[in-house]
Amino acid sequence: MRAEPARSGPPAPGRFVRPSALSFALWVGAAALLLWSLQTAELSLSRLVNGLPQMARLLGEMMPPATSRLENIAETLLDTFRMALVGTLFGVLLSLPLAVAAARGLSPARPVYYLARALITFFRTVPDLVWAIFFVVTVGLGPFAGVLTLTVDTMGYCGRFFAEAMEEVDTGPQEALRTAGSGRAGVIIGAVIPSALPSMIASSLFALEQATRSSVILGLVGAGGIGIELKASMDMFEYDQAATIIIAIFILVAGVERVSSALRARLI
Amino acid sequence: MAHLAHQPVGGAVDAPPTVIPLASPTPVLAVDALCKRFGPDLEVLSAVTLSVSRGESVAVIGANGSGKSTLLRCCVRLIEPSAGRVRILDTDVTAARRRVLRRVRQRVGFVFQRHNLVPRLSVLSNVIHGAMGRTGALAWHQGAASPAMRGEAMHCLERVGLAELARRRADQLSGGQSQRVAIARALMQRPEVVLADEPVASLDPSAGAEVMDLFARLMRDEAVTVVFTTHNLEHARQHAGRVVALRGGRVSFDLETARVPFDALGDLYAR
Ligand SMILES: Nc1ncnc2c1ncn2[C@@H]1O[C@H](COP(=O)(O)OP(=O)(O)OP(=O)(O)O)[C@@H](O)[C@H]1O
Ligand SMILES: [Mg+2]
Repeated sequence: MRAEPARSGPPAPGRFVRPSALSFALWVGAAALLLWSLQTAELSLSRLVNGLPQMARLLGEMMPPATSRLENIAETLLDTFRMALVGTLFGVLLSLPLAVAAARGLSPARPVYYLARALITFFRTVPDLVWAIFFVVTVGLGPFAGVLTLTVDTMGYCGRFFAEAMEEVDTGPQEALRTAGSGRAGVIIGAVIPSALPSMIASSLFALEQATRSSVILGLVGAGGIGIELKASMDMFEYDQAATIIIAIFILVAGVERVSSALRARLI
Repeated sequence: MAHLAHQPVGGAVDAPPTVIPLASPTPVLAVDALCKRFGPDLEVLSAVTLSVSRGESVAVIGANGSGKSTLLRCCVRLIEPSAGRVRILDTDVTAARRRVLRRVRQRVGFVFQRHNLVPRLSVLSNVIHGAMGRTGALAWHQGAASPAMRGEAMHCLERVGLAELARRRADQLSGGQSQRVAIARALMQRPEVVLADEPVASLDPSAGAEVMDLFARLMRDEAVTVVFTTHNLEHARQHAGRVVALRGGRVSFDLETARVPFDALGDLYAR
């Protein structure tokens, strides 16, 4: 004979928990902030509706995309990608020492650790267009400013993730090397980096994707790349040229993402 | 009751005091009144004194938590001792600055319970890591090592019977193979002393016996001074000339293996 299943256990807790006064106040505050923000955006359905014909006209003028300057655009696109590649490469290389300094257990001293962490946070939180303007002002217009921007951007991203990858690896092999009389450099090169490598390569590929996306807009502030061409076409009402450039950008960014995720999949 | 080092303590162990061989007057490893406290009332080692002569093989036994690993780790300052002295090969380890400490560590092989190989590197690279103390970061990978160093590493691998696995990645080895590679890495250090913390505890009984035999034979052939910890009394009996028993962080006895009452060690392992 089967045992009767228990009909009822102890009483279930209530479905809702009454919020405390503080959390209720916080919710009300958040809702107020949201409403207030919606106001500043000058939401206007009529303006959107009135803008529709204009959008249609613009799209119409974009069709068909111009093919007259294809070669030129392809070349600029390639330059843009090369800028992204070089910026990422420099960024990744500089991220290595930065990440070691910012990794708990590997950093040579407490002050160095905090300084490296602060630097990484600073690089990451200042947006790339701000960096681009800064470098255009300091080193002049052109792709060099773009490369510097992407380098700094990559350091903000890879510095953080490299440091995390280095902190996460098994400390056993590191201890073994240290016990065999190896110095800090030997431990890092011999045990830490080989173990953290797959994760670091994945981060670098993400950084390249990010840099490719950034590189197409850096031109807007004169830091090299295809963005300047797009702005020029728009300013001169050559919307068919602009359409070609937008499609080219799409192909580049999507292509880099595809290749990068294929490579990352092979790593895992 | 005073716990004196080198003196049997407790009713179960009834043997005369050990005579320390006088053949080699300066010990290779001398631990003097070593204390380790983790926090104010957690004393893990209490005035441990121990002296190991050149070529000796000493087993350290004792219950879980009796301080065996802490003792070995304090010897090379993987753990900083709280008080007392350790001398290895004429160097005062406890007082050594970083450079001197590194030089001592080069001459002392350490075999861990977990092999601690770098998983993504080849077996050969892992063995070459043993030379890093001598050559610096250059020995990080077999591809960067000199032909002489690669040759020496192959020789070390040959001696643990794994020369044919040189190219294999370390994370594709069995436990027994990994531990052999760890031994080869220690040999690559050209050590004068080897400290081994339960070197075969993670292996099955037959692999454990095999690797322990190999380890002991290699060390004997090279006349390396060995201190190993173990819970396997059979290994202690077979491979050690002397057995040091720890109980609650104190030396309970320190005897020639022949005089150790292996059948009456209940006290040592009692809670
Ligand atoms: N880092 C630490 N902090 C606090 N206590 C520790 C630390 N390391 C070890 N201990 C304590 O020191 C005592 C001795 O540990 P140890 O590892 O030396 O024992 P053992 O004899 O090697 O034991 P086992 O046979 O289990 O390996 C244990 O009680 C342990 O909890
Ligand atoms: Mg232990």
